[in-house]
Amino acid sequence: MGIIKVINAVHEYFRRNQNGDVVEEVCALDDVSLEIEEGEFISILGHNGSGKSTFAKHLNALLTPQEGVIYVNKMDTREEKNIFPIRENAGMVFQNPDNQIIGTIVEEDVGFGPENIGVPTKEIWERVEKSLKAVGMEFYREASPNKLSGGQKQRVAIAGVVAMRPKCIILDEPTAMLDPKGRKEVIKTIRELNEKEKITIILITHNMEEVVYSHRVFVMNHGKIIMNGTPREIFSRVEELKEAGLTIPVATEIAFELRKKGIPLSTSIITREELVEAICQLS
Amino acid sequence: MIKDITIGQYYKTESILHQLDARVKLFATMIFVISLFIERNVFNYVVAGTALLCLILVSRVPIGYMLRGLKPIAVVLLFSIIINMLFTPGIPLITFLGITITIQGIKLAIYIGCRYVLLILGSSLMTFTTTPNELTDGLEKAFAPLAKIKMPVHEVAMMMSITLRFIPILTEELDKITKAQLARGADFEEGNLFHRMKGYVPILVPLFVAAIRRANDLALAMESRCYQGGQSRTKMKPLQYKKRDAIAYAIIFTYLGVMIVGAFL
Repeated sequence: MGIIKVINAVHEYFRRNQNGDVVEEVCALDDVSLEIEEGEFISILGHNGSGKSTFAKHLNALLTPQEGVIYVNKMDTREEKNIFPIRENAGMVFQNPDNQIIGTIVEEDVGFGPENIGVPTKEIWERVEKSLKAVGMEFYREASPNKLSGGQKQRVAIAGVVAMRPKCIILDEPTAMLDPKGRKEVIKTIRELNEKEKITIILITHNMEEVVYSHRVFVMNHGKIIMNGTPREIFSRVEELKEAGLTIPVATEIAFELRKKGIPLSTSIITREELVEAICQLS
Repeated sequence: MIKDITIGQYYKTESILHQLDARVKLFATMIFVISLFIERNVFNYVVAGTALLCLILVSRVPIGYMLRGLKPIAVVLLFSIIINMLFTPGIPLITFLGITITIQGIKLAIYIGCRYVLLILGSSLMTFTTTPNELTDGLEKAFAPLAKIKMPVHEVAMMMSITLRFIPILTEELDKITKAQLARGADFEEGNLFHRMKGYVPILVPLFVAAIRRANDLALAMESRCYQGGQSRTKMKPLQYKKRDAIAYAIIFTYLGVMIVGAFL
């Protein structure tokens, strides 16, 4: 069994108006099944309200499925005794960096997780040092989080999760509130953690350019997984992606339009360099 | 205005006072405050003043910086000095425009003034030399026995440190909301007091909403990092008494002894 196995998970909730009457029933997870192997870099794409954040919370046992089963590291998320071992194994990084940093200085925040799971003092220090190095923030150990940039804060948040030595990290739109520079920093950090530390990464995003580096992509819409494949396979299905409310990278879109006009370009163009290369190769 | 208040701020130097255990400093502050109320006589106040001056010099916090902390309460201080001077019965010294100032009044006013200044300088010296985190850790450990009788010691300490972390964030948010409301034509300057207070409602409501939203996010983040309250938690920076802390305790008790003896002189 892979590190994460989801079998027919369903999660519904009611949207209520101001008087508390049920306006509609939203199916945030609609019969979702998937399996993720250890060491993979997975992206989950979807526009707002596609159910991707609800899905993320299920992997950390913050929510449990109403129907179906989710196994994280072979542990059933519905069982009370599994909750903390699951959270230790599957760390989670949220969207807003300010709202997930607890410590008043960087090193104390990174130490918060290990403190909670009862790691001895000496080992906490080792873990803090290692995790800060892994995200490239070792020179900011004693800084106040308030003085850092958005990208740096988010890296501190990632270090806080890494310090718990998880097998897998779930990132719920970690770049949504960052500027382009911060985005690059965070994505680079995630990739390095996947390649060097062999941590399984599950990146949840609506930004298609960020999924380029992942091994596999799942596209969600209305609580269902509608597509599943490598980034190149996914990106070649431009029309379906547009239907799911996603914005296509410019290079892919240009290639798509040119193809429609009869110019023979590959369907797997993602980056600008690839587009330039492909156009120059045309005879 | 808020920026002027130096009470409760941390001033970083490498002094021995900064390195002391927070519990020692808390205890010392408590003893110092109590000692000021033991007895009003010249000897005790000179001892207390000298002791405090020595500590300030040891702490290497500039005296000018410390005195600036007195500014916001200068009005209160002056007020209580004047009231005490005017309304203490006793042997009249001068009568002026129907107001009598007595010798006892002047004496009392001087004592009260000195007590205020010593109290404030003494307690602000503690916050100048102790980081907020050390302080909450110290409080948590010092009050740990109370946890046995079901007092939420760890929870209160955690709340305090989270509050300290979010003060700058919420200040920034307040600033942003104020500017946004100003841009929409809100007016905080005109009208009477009641009118102006009403003007703050459109600032406070979004601020509270934002704070609650943040609290919700933070709770999720803490839970996902396995936070489950105080039990079975280890400490990254555990508080441990060192030799210097023992010496500090000895000095504190000596001081208390001198003050008690002084009260009977």
